[in-house]
Amino acid sequence: MSISDKELKQIAYLARIGIEQDDFQSLRGKLSDILNMVNELNKIDTENVSPMSHPLDISQPLREDEVTEKNQRESLQEGSPHTKAGLFLVPKVIDKEE
Amino acid sequence: MSELYRFSIKDKLKGLLERKFSSIEITESYIERIKNFDSNLNSYITLTEDLAIKKAKESDQRYQAKTNLPLDGIPIAHKDIFCTKDTLTTCGSRMLSDFVPPYSSTVVEKLDNAGSITLGKTNMDEFAMGSSNETSFFGEVKNPWNKKFVPGGSSGGSASSVAAGLCSAATATDTGGSIRQPASLCGLTGIKPTYGRVSRYGMIAFASSLDQGGVLAKSSEDAAYLLSHMSGNDPKDSTSLKEESIDFTKTIESSLKGIKIGIPKQFFSYDLPDYIQKNIEETKKELEKLGAIFCEVDLPNLDLSLPIYYILAPAECSANLSRYDGVKFGYRCENPKDLDDLYLRTRKEGFGDEVKRRILIGTYALSAGFYDAYYLKAQKCRRLVAEDFEKAFKKVDLIFSPTTPGTAFKAGDKVDDPLEMYLQDIFTIPANLAGLPAISFPTGFHNELPIGMQLVANKLEESVLLSSCHQFQKITDYHKKWPSQ
Repeated sequence: MSISDKELKQIAYLARIGIEQDDFQSLRGKLSDILNMVNELNKIDTENVSPMSHPLDISQPLREDEVTEKNQRESLQEGSPHTKAGLFLVPKVIDKEE
Repeated sequence: MSELYRFSIKDKLKGLLERKFSSIEITESYIERIKNFDSNLNSYITLTEDLAIKKAKESDQRYQAKTNLPLDGIPIAHKDIFCTKDTLTTCGSRMLSDFVPPYSSTVVEKLDNAGSITLGKTNMDEFAMGSSNETSFFGEVKNPWNKKFVPGGSSGGSASSVAAGLCSAATATDTGGSIRQPASLCGLTGIKPTYGRVSRYGMIAFASSLDQGGVLAKSSEDAAYLLSHMSGNDPKDSTSLKEESIDFTKTIESSLKGIKIGIPKQFFSYDLPDYIQKNIEETKKELEKLGAIFCEVDLPNLDLSLPIYYILAPAECSANLSRYDGVKFGYRCENPKDLDDLYLRTRKEGFGDEVKRRILIGTYALSAGFYDAYYLKAQKCRRLVAEDFEKAFKKVDLIFSPTTPGTAFKAGDKVDDPLEMYLQDIFTIPANLAGLPAISFPTGFHNELPIGMQLVANKLEESVLLSSCHQFQKITDYHKKWPSQ
């Protein structure tokens, strides 16, 4: 099976990864190869098998709902590419109504 | 004292205790070696020289005051996937090329508390995705046995630095073979513990249901020293096992007498080169000399491991790596025109090709309409593989195989062919799927490149892996060889 240009465009957008037009063909080829390899699993009968999400089948432990971390806004924002007055800055997302 | 790097961890600790040499002498000798030799290997991304000297001085003070810690003064390196407070942690990626974490991972904290000295952070495949250490943003790592060859990956920097004597041992991580495959290619002992044995807190996530921290060391005994002080329950990691840490050095002398070792008949349907076939027989003979009993085991679903892995790992990675959005930390593209442009270009420029491929495959497998056919199907098949191991371990104590299908390959040979590269991990992935502990240990050479074999044990049986390899290493000397500089 192979991935179409349209499918690749769609998953690249879902993953928010920009792709150059020139790279489309080779990327499609490599992804299709990988999908062909993993499609081997379709031959396996898993009718009565339950999915395994934790390798040791252990469920998540619960703890008391206690505050364990104190506010570290400043140190956590030190690594941010763009902050101002304690806020993370991004390009404008809401335009004024026309 | 120029040969201090050749001492085992046990002998270093003994010498330090008897004050035959000081922590500062050992640390300085390693720093000098890194400065002399690492420019040819590129095994370190960051050298933490000043911090190491400071810590070594404190270590000497503790020895003088007789308040020394269990690993006091042992210089080690950390794979650059483990967060180190106030020290650059890149995960081999442009995305994190200026990331200085505000906290340390549990593994780093535990080894610090045991008195070890951190020399620096080792190079790795980007986000631990690769088997040759050619995908690092910080450049390829070379194999010290022959610099034209790859050291393996993704823990290639850790492997190369230990093999070249540029640290006593190093931390590493293993999602599909990233400790054992480089151990094999660099002539080292590398252990991936049971899933959940070592805390994942502060270990940058790749595929959360498979990732596990471990050690690359010269010998099984050296690995036991480190693992004893890395493992144990951690409330900060919800997948961490309840079991407290164990002193694996205490059980390392256990005999191999009567230990049953299974060889999966499926492994030998692969087309293995003659020198690997021959090495399997030779290693088997040595282990039999030590009292081990071999038999055949059946793991009928083993062939599914690679396809299962290449659904689960990319799917989990696509979710984990969605956090790199250019907003809260890490790389951001220049002058984004709107929010979509910020995300699209940040992730296009910040990630390398292999990481992008895996995110795309994972996104595809998890996208609407495909979840059941891919992720759920792979999780079901994963159970089949795990159940095969469960059955096998009713009959045997250990399972034996080669670690890799051959010795190290030349840089550039496989980097453009993902499927060919993925085959490197064909023998190592099954243990990750089943969450089982596994070790790779050096068993010979072919054309002056190391060969490694693998043992897999039942869950929580790391001590049997370490003692079995230790017994083997008492009657062989492959682990004592050093590459020429």
